[in-house]
Amino acid sequence: MQSELEESAWLNEHYSVTLGELAMLSGLPDDILRELVDCGALAPVSIEAEHWVFSAHCVVTMRRAERLRSDFELDANALAVALSFLERIHELEEQLRAARAQIPRRAR
Amino acid sequence: MKYKDYYQALGLARDASAADIKKAYRKLAQKHHPDVSKEAGAEDKFKEIAEAYATLKDTDKRAAYDRLGSHAPGQDFHPPPDWGGPSGDHGFRFEDIDLSDLFAGLGGRAGGPRGGGAGGGANMSLPGEDFEVNARISLEDAANGTLVELNLSVPEYDANGRLARKPRVFKARIPKGATNGQRLRLRGKGGKGFNGGREGDLYLNIELAPHPYFRPAGHDLYIDLPLAPWEAALGATVPVPTLSGSVHLKVPAGTLAGQKLRLSKRGLPRPEGEPGDLFAIAQVVVPQDLTERERELFSELAAGSKFDPRSHFKVETANAE
Repeated sequence: MQSELEESAWLNEHYSVTLGELAMLSGLPDDILRELVDCGALAPVSIEAEHWVFSAHCVVTMRRAERLRSDFELDANALAVALSFLERIHELEEQLRAARAQIPRRAR
Repeated sequence: MKYKDYYQALGLARDASAADIKKAYRKLAQKHHPDVSKEAGAEDKFKEIAEAYATLKDTDKRAAYDRLGSHAPGQDFHPPPDWGGPSGDHGFRFEDIDLSDLFAGLGGRAGGPRGGGAGGGANMSLPGEDFEVNARISLEDAANGTLVELNLSVPEYDANGRLARKPRVFKARIPKGATNGQRLRLRGKGGKGFNGGREGDLYLNIELAPHPYFRPAGHDLYIDLPLAPWEAALGATVPVPTLSGSVHLKVPAGTLAGQKLRLSKRGLPRPEGEPGDLFAIAQVVVPQDLTERERELFSELAAGSKFDPRSHFKVETANAE
């Protein structure tokens, strides 16, 4: 069950933000966010909903997107590709971390 | 105010063209951008590059920077009296500011890279800066929640809407349920807004400090569980440390090295939902210095046992020369 962001909140799938909040918190303009949704790089909880709502975790990725857009002057398409690679790297790092945690210390 | 050599930061001569500046920035940014690079100190290095580029890419700011003259990096200096910056304003003290803050106050925000800053019109409402910082906490603190104190030097707007760097102590409560890589947003705990602008936010990136026993993976924890050969063979009940004290774990007879024994919900608590699990990874260890009696008993076992741990090698070894 999702709830609104509180004063202090984990940015995870248990909290949600609106499109406007995501724009304000990430610094990305609405139109870029909409383009990222069109490219599949950003997914609302329900694409059919009249007012899009996003997992609060998107705040983390969209803040990163804004840094990349600003620092490398990327357009929405390039940003979508970069984000998909970074997401893949993140997943692989998580898998690596989990695999490493299972290796006995003496075997390292 | 300490001098910074922006040309040196980008590896350029002072007469570099605008195209050279852009090329040098892009090349260095790709190498050191903290969202791309994992090298130690990437963030600081990138800040240096972005700060240099934010000034040198803007013709007016570059000209103003060039008029400061050339000094040794880190050298204390004052802009010349005819420099044309904000020195004429009452109460402005160059000692209090960083060179980047000085240029951030010149002209409007031209859009990326970061470090460009906002122009300081006295009536303009400006939001406070967001801060992202790493908070390294122990596993115990992640499990129970904790209060962290962060000392940051942050740019803040003064009464005239100009940025000045101030040391600030941030106290942040981290609720229980943290694990590696999780982000916590503390609303309004970042830089102060100016003229009614909203307060910035503080984003904490949680890092778990290494623990002598436990290794986290998400909210699950792994611990090595050394077993004597007879404990692994016969089964035993052994004490195992957990984050909430020691518990007794039943090791089944015939436990193999590497086998994972699960202690349900003994991992890290989640902010929502059930806690993670603790997995004890069996390790069969043997005494390194055998007593006479131990040697006798192991010898007796060796002579009397029909157990062949390498039976699956038989096909290969039968054909070996």
